[in-house]
Amino acid sequence: MTRLADSFARSRAEGRAALIAFVTGGDPTPAATGAILDALVEGGADVIELGMPFTDPMADGPAIQRANLRALAAGTTTNDLLAIATAFRVRHPQVPLVLMGYANPMVRRGAEWFAAEAARAGVDGVICVDIPPEADGALGPALRAAGIDLIRLATPTTDAARLPAVLDGASGFLYYVSVAGITGTQQAGQASIETAVARFKAATDLPVAVGFGVRGPEQAEAIGRVADGVVVGSAIVDLIAEHGAQAAGPVREFISTLSAAVKRAAKEKAA
Amino acid sequence: MTASNPSIRPNTLRSGPDESGHFGPYGGRYVSETLMPLILDLEREYRAAQADPAFKAEFDDLMTHYVGRPSPLYFAERLTEHLGGAKIYLKREELNHTGAHKINNCIGQILLARRMGKTRIIAETGAGSHGVATATVAARFGLPCTIFMGAVDVERQQPNVFRMKLLGAEVVPVTSGAQTLKDALNEALRDWVANVHDTFYIIGTVAGPHPYPELVRDFQSIIGQEAREQILAAEGRLPDLLVAAVGGGSNAIGLFHPFLDDASVKMIGAEAAGYGIDSGKHASSLAGGSPGVLHGNRTYLLQDDDGQITEAHSISAGLDYPGIGPEHSWLHDIGRVEYQPVTDDEAVASFQLLAKLEGIIPALETAHALAVVEKVAPTMARDQIIIINLSGRGDKDIPTIAKAQGVTI
Ligand SMILES: Cc1ncc(COP(=O)(O)O)c(C=O)c1O
Repeated sequence: MTRLADSFARSRAEGRAALIAFVTGGDPTPAATGAILDALVEGGADVIELGMPFTDPMADGPAIQRANLRALAAGTTTNDLLAIATAFRVRHPQVPLVLMGYANPMVRRGAEWFAAEAARAGVDGVICVDIPPEADGALGPALRAAGIDLIRLATPTTDAARLPAVLDGASGFLYYVSVAGITGTQQAGQASIETAVARFKAATDLPVAVGFGVRGPEQAEAIGRVADGVVVGSAIVDLIAEHGAQAAGPVREFISTLSAAVKRAAKEKAA
Repeated sequence: MTASNPSIRPNTLRSGPDESGHFGPYGGRYVSETLMPLILDLEREYRAAQADPAFKAEFDDLMTHYVGRPSPLYFAERLTEHLGGAKIYLKREELNHTGAHKINNCIGQILLARRMGKTRIIAETGAGSHGVATATVAARFGLPCTIFMGAVDVERQQPNVFRMKLLGAEVVPVTSGAQTLKDALNEALRDWVANVHDTFYIIGTVAGPHPYPELVRDFQSIIGQEAREQILAAEGRLPDLLVAAVGGGSNAIGLFHPFLDDASVKMIGAEAAGYGIDSGKHASSLAGGSPGVLHGNRTYLLQDDDGQITEAHSISAGLDYPGIGPEHSWLHDIGRVEYQPVTDDEAVASFQLLAKLEGIIPALETAHALAVVEKVAPTMARDQIIIINLSGRGDKDIPTIAKAQGVTI
């Protein structure tokens, strides 16, 4: 079993959703990222999404845009990202690590190069914002050959006619981007999330994680009742913006409130 | 992705893109899943419009009576004499309503927006030419319109910002990145994903995800179709050389495309070289870039070894972009079109030359094409023919030129 499948299975066995935490690699500096990732794990995150900074983060709102710029201003390179992943894998042999970002930095030296380096660094999955199923050939085959899941995104605009195309070749988990929009700005209504998750679960055995606009424990708990995973990003990135190199403490604390929330959701589900 | 073997040439160079939106290895649809269904809808609607005689009839009617087409093909006698070589004709796109070629594309796209039932228009703009043209068609069709423009460009293209506002558009200054055209595009894409249900994005050049590069080219091809008829009427033969400025490449492809299969017609695209390619401060993605993925397509980009996009520089806001339309990348690779870098200083000198010799103040973008002609016309025989795409008028650039000359107005 892959680390990702294993992690989702463990959460499921506990009757709860997995907590998936996103931060931008290299924010505020490449040297500070390791401690922040540790804080995510210590706080109770089940899966880590490590953002690869890009100059033009077209799908991101102001918070993650600024995180990208802070990371690049600190000189973060692709090699730094891979080194951060490699070191994380040594410290946390069991925690799944997913790289998230945009196509250009991933294909710059060739998809095969990227896939091989990511695999060597112990990366389990890749989420690429601007590679839809129609463009899978640019990255998907190389990642799959290297044993890395290319995690597909579904959105409110992914209708029934399109869903099979999204699921064809999907692995790891299905990431439901719950709002049509950019990160960190709007929140989806709970009812629309429930309808969407039910629709996806009827079409795939993959775990379904829900993200975009999850700001705190209350939403994490509500979404945790229906989804297999809850993704939190901008809210963590905001803490890093505020606390910089001292962010590990506040991040750990915040994650533990989210972790408690998805566990509460499990109890409610059981009750 | 379609692999292309550059040694095998297709029978026609005018059949692209292929079904997946590629010109050789360039183009495609690199967009977020949220946008993907919309891009597919747009393609379906465009195919339907192409097959609908009423769509073409309305487009042609607006071109004639609203835009003022056909634009003249004017023999620039004094410029020809001054350069002492080939005969130079100007395709007068600056005489179109709103003063540039951009309106051709905007008319086409707003008709598509209406067919799709969209009720809100957005666009990015650099020089403001596309923003003004978009604001104009939005006013004409009674749709609310938001234009994204880099804050630096808002500053250097004040007259156009004011024009857009007069036309009822909201102008949003974009403060991310270098605050120029690339950042305006990012922000327009962000607005679009958040408003897909009711919003149509009128992209201003032959870039973005498929089918934009194709449909923008098709709407702009009216330039080359007219020029072809006009030169045959005036000279009884095809031109030897076509020259156009290339930002994203819409005015250039509009002129070039109808001639691509005429082997005797050479073509040069003028890329903005800013302070010079060696300075690192330029906007020549072909001369100084390499293939990558940005803004929905694969094309030549200014980027570093990690695939981070590097900042473009050009005195001309409309060329200040680190990419180029995918069809140009392909035409470059197969050698059908030659692309030459032109510096800020060369463009400013040509701007002044045309004003003084022909009484026409060109856009700074257009001046890059003129600079190429200044170099090549004298090397050609007097019975040879050049057509330049005079893509826009330069009223909007008066403040920039004044500043470059140290004059306060
Ligand atoms: C007058 C004029 N010419 C040329 C351009 C460059 O765009 P394109 O390469 O798409 O024609 C612009 C862009 O703003 C423009 O305003």
